[in-house]
Amino acid sequence: MMNYIWFFMIAVGIFVGMANGKMSEVSKAIIDSAQSAVTISIGLLGVMALWLGIMKIAEKSGLMDIVAKVLKPVITKIFPEIPKDHPAVSAMIMNISANMLGLGNAATPFGIKAMEYLQELNRKENPSNAMCRFLVINTASIQLIPAVMIGLRASLGAQNPADFVIVSIFSTATALTAGLIFNNFIEKMSIFRE
Amino acid sequence: MVEIFSEWLVPVLLIIIPFYGLVKKAKVYEIFIEGAKEGLDVVVRIFPSLLAMLVAIGVLRASGALNLLAQILMPFTQKIGMPEELVPLALIRPLSGSGALGIATELMKTYGADSFIGKMASAMYGSTETTFYVLAVYFGAVGIKNIRHSIVSGIFADIVAIISCVFYSRIFF
Repeated sequence: MMNYIWFFMIAVGIFVGMANGKMSEVSKAIIDSAQSAVTISIGLLGVMALWLGIMKIAEKSGLMDIVAKVLKPVITKIFPEIPKDHPAVSAMIMNISANMLGLGNAATPFGIKAMEYLQELNRKENPSNAMCRFLVINTASIQLIPAVMIGLRASLGAQNPADFVIVSIFSTATALTAGLIFNNFIEKMSIFRE
Repeated sequence: MVEIFSEWLVPVLLIIIPFYGLVKKAKVYEIFIEGAKEGLDVVVRIFPSLLAMLVAIGVLRASGALNLLAQILMPFTQKIGMPEELVPLALIRPLSGSGALGIATELMKTYGADSFIGKMASAMYGSTETTFYVLAVYFGAVGIKNIRHSIVSGIFADIVAIISCVFYSRIFF
């Protein structure tokens, strides 16, 4: 997918540039962009290392458990068909807590584990409603500490690198709620039958 | 209130997290070093896609194609109050995380990290996940091919995320 999109972006750019007679601007932009990728990455290096260092402490000292405790009642509400003490529940909770803390690397293994447990309960070729619901939660996961973007903004000279977080949290929360409600509607539709 | 929250967020995390780690008897310094090394890996891993995306967007902008796209989508973006500069970011976000990061970076470099567009780009990046990637990884891991309604719900959530990001940005920024 990205293969076509990337090629399409460059091809369209170059053709439009030809039509507009802006080829010298285009060639300059190619070289400039390549160079700015280097300066941005070097700027990002320090802040990123600092952040991930701090977040590693959060991960290793079990800060996730606190978030997990708060989440448990919510998750069991969203997944009433999964038995409360099934390992799928705790795997989902760990996945969501790691996502909320911006620990993407830690979140994925828990998420895959959760999917495997859910599949054990499902035993069908097509995904169960619970599996689809879990995916929706993952595609709109609330991030309390988006470490990468904070680091990037800091390295680009933002006065207050974390000032966007409140908007991100509000919009993901809205998207998550809307997504789950919408999902509950369409999972019953005949074209999406199990 | 919002300002205090965001100004304090970074320093407070910097003290609370290591403190909590010490209370839990974690080797905070060694763990920090280990994590910082991972930060290095992340930057190295992001670099190629950042480069690819910056070049592609650079070409689109310099040629005037970005303006063209913005004009085509104007009726829609105007309706929801989205600055046209953010259209490419909104389109790429569900497809590629590092691609979206590249576009957001380019916007902040062009308009400034503290500009309205820069802040909104950051918020938009943080508002949704890479839906297609998440789907591929999680369903791929358990060998599921029929994805049923999940993609429809995922994209629906993405659209809501973009629109609400515009809405909340107008309120807070």
